[in-house]
Amino acid sequence: MSSWIDGVMVVLILTNLALLGTSRITVCIRIIALQGVVLGTLPMLAGEEVTLRLALLTTATVLLKGVVFPWLLLRAMRKAEIQREVEPYVGYILSVMVGLLSLGGSVWLAQGLPLPGPMAGTLALPVALFMIFVGLFTICSRRKAISQILGYIVVENGMYAFGAVILDEVPTLVELGVLLDVFVAVFVMGVAIYHIRREFDHMDVDQLDTLKG
Amino acid sequence: MSPFMLGILILFISALLALALRREHEAASRVGAFGAMLGCAVATIPVLRAMAGAEIPSLILPWSMPCGSLIFRIDLLSALFLLPILLVSALGALYGLAYLRPYADRKPVGSLGRCWFWYNLLVAGMLLVCVSHNALMFLVAWELMSLASFFLVAFDDEKTEVRDSAWTYFIATHLGTAFIIALFLTMGVAAGSFDFADFHKATLGPGVMGVLFLFAVIGFGTKAGFMPFHVWLPEAHPVAPSHVSAVMSGVMIKTGIYGLLRMLMLMGHPPAWWGWTLIGIGLVSGVLGVLFALAQHDLKRLLAYHSVENIGIIAMGSGLGMLGISIGSPLLTTLGFAGALLHVINHALFKSLLFFGAGAVQHGAGTREMDHLGGLLKRLPLTGLFFLIGAVAISGLPPLNGFVSEFLIYLGAFHSGATLHGTAALSGVAVITGLALIGGLAAACFTKVFGTVFLGAPRTEHAAHAHECGILMWLPMLTLAALCAAIGLCAPLAANAMAPVVANMTGLAPEQTALAVTYAQWPLTGVVTAAVALLLALCLLALLRRRLLARRSVGATGTWDCGYARPTARMQYTSSSFAQPITDCFRMFLGTRTSLRAPGEPFPQQPGRLSTETPDIFIARFYRPLFSWITRPLSWTLNVQHGRVQLYVLYVALTLVALLIWALGWPQ
Amino acid sequence: MNSLIHPLLALLLAPLLLGIINRTKALFAGRTGQPLLQAYFDLAKLLRKGAVYSETTTWVFRAGPIVGVAAPVVAIALIPFGGIPALLNFPGDLILFAYLFGLMRFMTVAAALDTGSAFEGMGASREVQFSALAEPALLLGLAALARLTGDLSLSGILGSLTPQDWAHAAPALALVTAGLLVVYLAENSRIPVDDPNTHLELTMIHEVMVLDHGGPDFGLILYGASLKLWALGAILTGVVLPFHDERLWPGIVIALGGMFGLAVFVGVVESSMARLRLLRVPQLLVAAMVLSALALVLLMR
Repeated sequence: MSSWIDGVMVVLILTNLALLGTSRITVCIRIIALQGVVLGTLPMLAGEEVTLRLALLTTATVLLKGVVFPWLLLRAMRKAEIQREVEPYVGYILSVMVGLLSLGGSVWLAQGLPLPGPMAGTLALPVALFMIFVGLFTICSRRKAISQILGYIVVENGMYAFGAVILDEVPTLVELGVLLDVFVAVFVMGVAIYHIRREFDHMDVDQLDTLKG
Repeated sequence: MSPFMLGILILFISALLALALRREHEAASRVGAFGAMLGCAVATIPVLRAMAGAEIPSLILPWSMPCGSLIFRIDLLSALFLLPILLVSALGALYGLAYLRPYADRKPVGSLGRCWFWYNLLVAGMLLVCVSHNALMFLVAWELMSLASFFLVAFDDEKTEVRDSAWTYFIATHLGTAFIIALFLTMGVAAGSFDFADFHKATLGPGVMGVLFLFAVIGFGTKAGFMPFHVWLPEAHPVAPSHVSAVMSGVMIKTGIYGLLRMLMLMGHPPAWWGWTLIGIGLVSGVLGVLFALAQHDLKRLLAYHSVENIGIIAMGSGLGMLGISIGSPLLTTLGFAGALLHVINHALFKSLLFFGAGAVQHGAGTREMDHLGGLLKRLPLTGLFFLIGAVAISGLPPLNGFVSEFLIYLGAFHSGATLHGTAALSGVAVITGLALIGGLAAACFTKVFGTVFLGAPRTEHAAHAHECGILMWLPMLTLAALCAAIGLCAPLAANAMAPVVANMTGLAPEQTALAVTYAQWPLTGVVTAAVALLLALCLLALLRRRLLARRSVGATGTWDCGYARPTARMQYTSSSFAQPITDCFRMFLGTRTSLRAPGEPFPQQPGRLSTETPDIFIARFYRPLFSWITRPLSWTLNVQHGRVQLYVLYVALTLVALLIWALGWPQ
Repeated sequence: MNSLIHPLLALLLAPLLLGIINRTKALFAGRTGQPLLQAYFDLAKLLRKGAVYSETTTWVFRAGPIVGVAAPVVAIALIPFGGIPALLNFPGDLILFAYLFGLMRFMTVAAALDTGSAFEGMGASREVQFSALAEPALLLGLAALARLTGDLSLSGILGSLTPQDWAHAAPALALVTAGLLVVYLAENSRIPVDDPNTHLELTMIHEVMVLDHGGPDFGLILYGASLKLWALGAILTGVVLPFHDERLWPGIVIALGGMFGLAVFVGVVESSMARLRLLRVPQLLVAAMVLSALALVLLMR
């Protein structure tokens, strides 16, 4: 079983690194979708037995993260006629290197944070930290608003993984609340992008500073 | 000890004689060179005895200053660093004798004699640095070494760029010395004596010790060429005469490593972060050093950046060793330090060999610009062969010596990565990644150098009419190349010789280091077996090829350039184009500037022009802003500088009065 | 005595791998393809030919192919095969293994530059760039295996790897395999890094470096390349099929099967993929490095 969780963790790490190294936004969205699906199965794998609550939570997460978010984002892209390139400030190879460094850093940090719980011994904690770092890095290093949404989603995924580690039973309500939060965020940003695009004819975030008085 | 001091005396006397005879080029050169060789030969005797395990009695002289005693001692660590210094300095003197001869007509009268004066003083300074066991004497020797090398770098002082480079070196080395002085003062005051033997008595808090460690890294690292304190190397090495570059790059910068190791061993049990710092510096110096080397097209400047790279490898080995001490692993300690120390010797051998080779190229073809050379292997067969040996050795490839020392460091890193727990294991990962990347890039860099300079067709008239150097110049190269091969093929013996040095240095029990080295004996024997097998296979295949071709027709024609009928030498890949994919891949670290003037319309009137330049990023982005930031507030002091003697005397008098008042108190 | 079996097998069968790859590709393309033993025929023919040398070249050009065979021969003596320890094994032989190919590359590249041809310079330049990035991936992958088994020699690592390791450390081993596979394809100039069948010199890497070699020299280069294919493949097979048997022959048969299977796999890859743009190749190699490093991190807990 532990090997399965490790496998999931490896897939999560690889999706993050792939996200950093990919130049096409549609591919990035698909990677995030894959990440969401894999992440959704995590409680199933970690749980001792399959309960109805667990199954529902899994289904909801997989549906939201794997289907709804990507669909919304792809739709927003299509509507706003965003170009396919990611347009990073930091090059792809360097981004992957930064990712690798932050992975090393997360492993190192996680050694200082021994946590109780069912998955304390696994990779889950470093991976959770790593995902949060990658998400923040994506937000900082990419030009387009849509990449920033992707970054937020990765951060949320990291927190989800974190929750799976420290809590024996993830309080469903909290988790669903967080999901809803992100859902609204994605929705609002999707709409916002559409409108920014319509008003300003471009959607680079660094151009938003022209709005200030 | 007395033969050693006799050797130093010979060096001083011959230096003065060369200066006195400076009007006679030939006589001054002979006196200087033979004095240097004789001095080195005499001084070698006690050093060899010390390496063999004999106890060399210390020389303690009365000293009228209240700072401990004037003490000279050759222990194993000193002997290990002295050995390459003596060898390379002696060979450099022989080489310089022939190398400087063409300058006799070009330079003003007396400059050759002065050059030998400073050369012998430089050698004496290096020797004294390695045997001084008192902080003050160490600093005096250190300064002698720095000043002598400064004047040697400024040999061609009628050229502006030479003067600029020399000043860069002068400032850098003295900034480094300032940190060393601060370190010695703190340690000495705390210990109550300036003898190194008493430094361990200094009881300082871990915070202070940490700062002192950083001082040692900056101070000695400036001399050694740790990035980012390396900026003087690529400036000073290219402009100095080649035998001086060989001595400076091969052995003088190692005195920085010597000082660092000597101090670290006196600073008590190291915390893990000291090891990590050294590994980090090693990684940065190694990888960036070789990347900058790849981007160069001046042969000697490229070699200078390779010194930074190799110092990085030495730092990585030392870092592993420090980490080993800190976590209490004798195996890691011994492998790391033994690899680092052996690399000190190896780098001295192949780097001076390469600088000698570069000097022979400059001597024979009149330029160091690689893109103007080519096809020199036909004109300079011996230099080319020796340069190839040096190039394979510095790339760390078997069966030569560079591989042996890197192998020891690798072995330590693999040991740490495969068996240690926790963060210490990550050091192994870091070192393995770094060494592998450095190895691949160094091989790329030296195929570039050897390929553009010695292979292919000559790109200019200079290269087409180059001439081979004389025996005085190729004999030192032959010696060094033979030693490179010998250490490669006697790897277990070389590693064995390191065990007592590491024991003496780290205070580990000799049995422990011997055990660790025994651990490395089997692998090294395996490496040598494989090397012998490789050589055998090479001979067999060469014979086979010869037999196959014996009865066949062997023709000669132009290069088949994919059907292109008349390829010219200018169509060859240049050093810049060869390195371009790599430099482009790492452009964010390099900041290469490209300037392109495209040829005009369909029938261009003037030729197009493309040039690339890779200035040192640390100078451009760090030091220049830093110094201009410092200069701005200091520029007001110009207001008190008028160049009138009267005013300066007035300043002195005012200061005196102020000091008197301060010392005696305001009169009541 | 048993240790001699693998070197002999390798020396004899290495060119067969080229035949298998080509036959697989022919099968995919719906052709009959060349005979399985075509590489042997080529070798026999080349060794009987005379040679023409460029006037620009020196002895370095003639030394290149010789080192190109000697280095992989020694490397093969370091590799265990089907449970038999290698002829020469010692802790750290994996470092020597990687560096022997470094030596081979150094001399091949020098020989290419010796012709003074722009095309060969171009190939040489690409070769050193890609191999500089492949080397960390290879050594990190081997380090991960060393971490898993606690042994520092190739014989010890591949000898103590068992199917149970695949059961409990599957993610790490899968990552190492993926990393090594990329290194294997890149170092042997196969698709997606280099296309051995291309006819456009501007896109070649390995093939363009040896344009000027002919006769026995080219025969040696061909043979050296097939030995390199064998050597790196044997490591990969040893990782993927860690079956050992008390008896001698079952292990060898399994390992040989693995080698031929790998050749078929290469053929499949070459038939189903296009080569990457040259600018993308460094990304692929960095990805291989990342995979190996990740495996190492996984095993470090």
